[in-house]
Amino acid sequence: MEEAFRLELQNITKRFDKTLANDGVTLRVKRGEVHALIGENGAGKSTLMNILYGLVKPDSGKILLDGKPLTINSPKDSIANGIGMVHQHFMLAPSLTVAENIVLGHPPTRSNIWKPSKLKEKMKTLEADFNFDVPLNAVTGGLTVGLMQRVEIVKTLYRGAEIIILDEPTAVLTPQEAEELFVSIRKLTQAGHTVIFISHKLKEVMEISDTITVMRAGRVVGTVNKEDVDAEQLAQMMIGRELKGVTRAEIDKGEVALKVDDLNVLGDDGIGAVNGLSLEVHLGEIVGIAGVEGNGQTELSEAILGVRKCKSGKVFIDGKDVTTASVGSRIEHGLGFIAQDRVKEGLALDFSIRDNLVLKSRKKEPISKNGIMRWRNASKMSRKMIEDYAIKANGEEEKVQSLSGGNMQKVVVARELSQSPKLVIACQPTRGVDIGASEYIRSMLVKLRDQGNAVLVISADLDEIMELSDRILVMFEGRKTGELSSSQANEQRIGKMMFGQNEGEVTEP
Amino acid sequence: MADILSGTLRTATPILLAALGGLLFEKAGVFSIAHEGMMLFGAFFGVWGMHLTHSVPMAILFALAIGAIVGLIYVWLIEKMNANATIASIGVNAFAVGITTYMMKSIFGDAGSVGTAGIIGLPKIDIPFIGNIPFIGKVINGHTILVYVSIVLVVILSYFLFHTHTGINLRAVGERPQAAASAGIPVLRYRIIACIVGGALCGLAGVHLSLGHVTLFAENMTAGRGFFAYTAVVFGQANPVGVMIASLVFGLAETVTYRAQQIGFPGPLVLTVPYIITILALIIRSCGIFDKFNRYRWRRKAQRLQNKKLKGA
Repeated sequence: MEEAFRLELQNITKRFDKTLANDGVTLRVKRGEVHALIGENGAGKSTLMNILYGLVKPDSGKILLDGKPLTINSPKDSIANGIGMVHQHFMLAPSLTVAENIVLGHPPTRSNIWKPSKLKEKMKTLEADFNFDVPLNAVTGGLTVGLMQRVEIVKTLYRGAEIIILDEPTAVLTPQEAEELFVSIRKLTQAGHTVIFISHKLKEVMEISDTITVMRAGRVVGTVNKEDVDAEQLAQMMIGRELKGVTRAEIDKGEVALKVDDLNVLGDDGIGAVNGLSLEVHLGEIVGIAGVEGNGQTELSEAILGVRKCKSGKVFIDGKDVTTASVGSRIEHGLGFIAQDRVKEGLALDFSIRDNLVLKSRKKEPISKNGIMRWRNASKMSRKMIEDYAIKANGEEEKVQSLSGGNMQKVVVARELSQSPKLVIACQPTRGVDIGASEYIRSMLVKLRDQGNAVLVISADLDEIMELSDRILVMFEGRKTGELSSSQANEQRIGKMMFGQNEGEVTEP
Repeated sequence: MADILSGTLRTATPILLAALGGLLFEKAGVFSIAHEGMMLFGAFFGVWGMHLTHSVPMAILFALAIGAIVGLIYVWLIEKMNANATIASIGVNAFAVGITTYMMKSIFGDAGSVGTAGIIGLPKIDIPFIGNIPFIGKVINGHTILVYVSIVLVVILSYFLFHTHTGINLRAVGERPQAAASAGIPVLRYRIIACIVGGALCGLAGVHLSLGHVTLFAENMTAGRGFFAYTAVVFGQANPVGVMIASLVFGLAETVTYRAQQIGFPGPLVLTVPYIITILALIIRSCGIFDKFNRYRWRRKAQRLQNKKLKGA
């Protein structure tokens, strides 16, 4: 061994019931590096990190810190040994101030009396070292997501962490916020701290990390230096085969399939969520709507589907005014809808795959006749769809809730596309879906377009929007802040529009 | 006028004490509307303790103890037995009415209420100098000890929640138990202790009801005050001072209602006022207006702090 490792996990094995979550995993992390841990959902990354953080006990294997063996029984042990974790879902109480959240469970003095001035002294050295700036007196629930994440990082530093685990840190950030996070990470490593970065976004992994360990199905596929690989090779290692990528046919735009005219929609809180928005989607075109979540995209999609009332404005599908039409009649006009939350809105979880697949075609022959279900035909159609969409399941009678996220989403997509819709609204079509299935779902959407249908994609994932769309609209606070053709689009331009700044209006102080 | 304010303070006290107990349940993240039952237990056991020992401190101790025990049973049902909190609350409330009525009949042999000679009320306290101040003296002086205790408790709880680490931990336990647990805080222990203390405070509220102004126990004598207390927790946003103000409003309503009846307003109609307020509070609670308002306020504050920093830089 030429150099000592800061942290070593040796031959970690962990079994949950039947599945082997970690199978002899070895991870070696050098001091002061950004070590990315990548892999698809269910590859075992989270289990490994939970073992390191003391939330899960391994069946076998060793953890070495600076070459010395370490026993970790609870998060307290790992914190005491300088290991900190920033969870994907923030561990912050919204009504507490930032300062209170930082000292939670770790008072700055021995006394039980809370003295904010003591924390401020400690924070000054942190600020000097890392230039981390957090508003200590603000109530945490009022911060932006990016700031909350910074509070989380400061929290681990305050507790003395020198090895910091970041679990999918960019999943909730805008591109600009992610850039700021990367600046922070570099400051940490410059100061000698070590960062373990969990992600499945290859582009950012290539940007930030020094070393990359790839996991698949509970095992380590390989550990590589960033210089030696490119994103494609990493993807191949992650999914175990080559990515095909999405190829699209050159076709001409057809007639307008969806027209939204000066639409105003109220949100749940009675405040305008969509404010005077107009858009058109043509046949043979994919239009993507980008934007930070919560800027009216959900309400817009619900208004188009017809489950949310429009305050004013009009919605036309296939040239017909459907503003006040029922959901059923919109579906008859050729509308397909991939809901953003497959668990809550897209599927009946304790129904079988077959029952979910025929939900939309149940009234038509050959699935039913004279109001009586023809189960044999339904099963036959379901088996074909399971095969066509490569849904991993033990037959069509299996309950949907036992499927993985990716396979659940495939059931939704299969059902919606089987009706040969003229217009599909796809909301976050690949959220929480692993790369292989994402690629498949995206290729199905492109295929639909190539066949001359219209697709509206709403997604918080900018890469997805840019990969799929012929045209990109950006939404901010319920308004359209920009529209770009796919050739004009880049992350910086879209990112600015996501904050309501349009090219011409950008003012630098 | 002084009479009304003095009465307000007196009638607000049992609601305030129970509400401070309810505040602890709320802050620990244990949903409860069982304060009514806990109060009723406290009211009866206070009278019973007095009957057995003829001692005021023992009567208060009886009430505190029964409240603490019921609080412990309640948190055990919720946290260990995974009971539904609403059902468990209804259970405690119904059980309290049944068991106190039964015990009253079997111990005192009286069907309606007890008020025997051996039962003395809580003594009224005469504060030497304040009593002489013209208007204020009349309002503040001459109440039972529990009136003053409840106000001191407001101060203590405020300090505890916002200026001690245990208090900060408790607030985190109630709001984000996972966040508290990941910081190494024993969530369950916090909940158990909060519920025991909260239950004891409800018991204290009960004894003020049965031995404070009157000296008797009557069947179901809490008459919904436990629910007023929960309402005060909601309106006061589980902040001790806010809860105190809300309780005083209830006290005022009760006192004014009593007066209004005397001067000829239709009694039954006026009596419904506190209950209507309670229902309104529950509706407001369930549509989350407070949450939205808070989030808006927090965002404003965060932005203000950011702006100040930018200007300073």
